[in-house]
Amino acid sequence: MYGNDFSEPPEQPGARSLLDQVADAERDLELAAQQDRPTGTEDDYFMAVIAADQKIEPRDWMPEKYRKNLIRQIAQHAHSEIIGMQPEGNWISRAPTLKRKAILLAKVQDEAGHGLYLYAAAETLGVDRAELSDMLIDGRQKYSSIFNYPTLTWADVGAIGWLVDGAAIVNQVPLCRASYGPYARAMIRVCKEESFHQRQGYEILHVLSHGTPEQKAMAQDAVDRWWYPSLAMFGPPEGESPNTAQSMAWKVKRFTNDELRQRFVDMCVGQAEILDLTLPDPGLVWNEAEGRHDYTQPDYDELFRVIKGNGPCNRERITHRKAAHEGGQWVRDAAEAYAKKKAKVSA
Amino acid sequence: MNAELATADLNLGDDALIAAQRLAEWTSRAPELEEDVALANIALDLLGQARMFLSRAGDEDELAFLRTDRQFTNVQLVELPNGDFAHAIVRLLFFSAYQRELYTAMAGDEIADKAIKEVDYHVDHARLWTLRLGDGTDESHARAQAAVDELWPYTHELFEGNDLRAGWLAAVEPVLAEATLTRPEDGWAPTGGRQGLHTTHLSYLLAEMQVLHRAHPGATW
Repeated sequence: MYGNDFSEPPEQPGARSLLDQVADAERDLELAAQQDRPTGTEDDYFMAVIAADQKIEPRDWMPEKYRKNLIRQIAQHAHSEIIGMQPEGNWISRAPTLKRKAILLAKVQDEAGHGLYLYAAAETLGVDRAELSDMLIDGRQKYSSIFNYPTLTWADVGAIGWLVDGAAIVNQVPLCRASYGPYARAMIRVCKEESFHQRQGYEILHVLSHGTPEQKAMAQDAVDRWWYPSLAMFGPPEGESPNTAQSMAWKVKRFTNDELRQRFVDMCVGQAEILDLTLPDPGLVWNEAEGRHDYTQPDYDELFRVIKGNGPCNRERITHRKAAHEGGQWVRDAAEAYAKKKAKVSA
Repeated sequence: MNAELATADLNLGDDALIAAQRLAEWTSRAPELEEDVALANIALDLLGQARMFLSRAGDEDELAFLRTDRQFTNVQLVELPNGDFAHAIVRLLFFSAYQRELYTAMAGDEIADKAIKEVDYHVDHARLWTLRLGDGTDESHARAQAAVDELWPYTHELFEGNDLRAGWLAAVEPVLAEATLTRPEDGWAPTGGRQGLHTTHLSYLLAEMQVLHRAHPGATW
């Protein structure tokens, strides 16, 4: 009744194995915690923990660059959850049935929860959430490029669930094994809910593509518009991604952008067939020799334009966030003043 | 089902639905992330209540998406535009305290029994924020008082045809007092919602809520 109550969706190739990988990562994390920790000082200890696939914890020494890199990545991840509430939130008021409205509202609420969870993980690295919020608003930190695209029809809500959340999961499942413990644990929790969201999106598209001709056209149009921005979510190709090599050595990242993008394409092709929808790439063909699909790369010039702030909705997204944050200052001030008064009374 | 009960279900379902629609407008706009979560959570609870009441009265989607503003019977309090956060909180205090009285009086009713657990939480959330805003800073106090003054007249409609006002006053007045807010004098008492006579705001709310559903007659989603 309260949202997540839809019946079993049609078969969705690849979805189960992703969840299995999350479960595996969770089990390995528990096993690693039971092992003895390496001995050594500072850098030796740090490298030994990572080599043993154990987790670096907030109390541990870590290289300053590792800390900074993680703050950047986790904060960007948290910001993406928060900004990501806007494109979908845009359709809560107009969802076509009460059940869909409830599911969407629950999903957007989950995103706020993920943001909170990730900010908490970032704070274990010695940074303040308020500071991260400011850095988002004044553009010093980024969020995922995908949320700078507009949600023009209801089918976009389905396409975001299927493609955007799908890409996010493919990206995040390996992060369940990231070497930094709080991040890995956050990812395990987030991935479980995200995979539910992805199923919901897939189900929305499935209903539309098997509905009236207008609904089917709406679904196809949404997939046509969201396919390439979703592929671009994995970031620039090999060689143009400045952080990849170091992140992989530190076992924060486990795969390159291109490897994950390929995995996503291979997963989507079978799902698109069941949806009876076309992926907008005439170059998309099965490559028997390589055991994977060949596909046309996204327009990376467009990706860089969007990352630099010139996508369709960048200004709108930040203006919205800024208005909420600044417009709420008097409320946060009130809560603080009240808490101080109460502390004084009880002291 | 008897006609009186069906009407009651419609009234309560419409109250909860329109309140949920307004509250959901806060999503991604709240003063802090914790409040985004909380307000969405409350909106979701109310939407769940709306679905249960409307389903008992008929088909929830037909009722929600295919009636006009003249056919909706929610109280006017829940349809007023959002205003600032103080308005959201004071409205939630007034409305959820009313729901608590009502659902308590309906004890034994399956939906009311389920909903009251949620409503207890809503009242508590609204009470705590009313205290913070009323007894916080000068600005928050002024905003909270303005919200109380603006919304108070619309609370009279909640108690037409029932005897719940005394219990409601006993719950609300101490919260306002503790929050250093002044309880307004009774006076103007706008009414009409239960007869489908609304403020001009409801028609816009429905236009937005119903637009997609109405654009595709008979489609399933």
